[in-house]
Amino acid sequence: MRKLRWNWFAWAGFLLSILAFVSYFTVLVRFPATRDVPWANFLLFGAAALFLLAGLKRAFTGLGSLGGKFVSSALALLSISILGVFCFVVFRATRQLPASHGAPTVGQKAPDFTLRDTRGNLVSLSTLLSSSPETASSGAATQGVLLIFYRGYW
Amino acid sequence: MAISVDAPEESADLCRKAGYTYTFLSDPNAEVIRRYDLLHPGAGVNAHDIARPAEFLLDSSGIVRWVNLTEDLRVRATLEDMLKAAKSSH
Repeated sequence: MRKLRWNWFAWAGFLLSILAFVSYFTVLVRFPATRDVPWANFLLFGAAALFLLAGLKRAFTGLGSLGGKFVSSALALLSISILGVFCFVVFRATRQLPASHGAPTVGQKAPDFTLRDTRGNLVSLSTLLSSSPETASSGAATQGVLLIFYRGYW
Repeated sequence: MAISVDAPEESADLCRKAGYTYTFLSDPNAEVIRRYDLLHPGAGVNAHDIARPAEFLLDSSGIVRWVNLTEDLRVRATLEDMLKAAKSSH
């Protein structure tokens, strides 16, 4: 019987682990359904684990060589590390946000401010809120303002 | 309306690329961000102080009707959340 030189189970498992990690940040993070709970990535990690287990089993039973045992073990350890980093980023690093006790709460008045817009014009919250007369005459009164604070793109 | 510490030119770039048509305001020294207690110290590039993500829905008299202060950078309010809040507050 011809002995395969590549333990493709172990390599497939390792590559799947990389895919499970990378696909979150490149693709799946864009969609709330796969972003908020990264279930798709854990499915991929699960599939990777199955391949790695099959690869380890192959390396450590019967015809497995010493090199094969080493390579498949190393791939399994690397994959576990990738999973570990993924869990750290997803469950810890992105939650390191300072608490915001002083932010206006429901029912409070939002503090007024004046800042420059993208054309360099000064815009204040109060004028935006009181800009209803013009829009009201066209049939749609200003119903309020959605205020979004974001981290910025640098 | 969106607020960040980005310079007006950077926000203008972002709007052009992403096709955003609403108002983007620049708060380079994070003064308004601080007033709203939304500062995330040292979290930006080169340890700049930036804003933590937050969304407020204000009615026409400037009263907060809905607020979302996420505890996880990854998890933001969705468009549906905001539309629902906007509808239920009128």
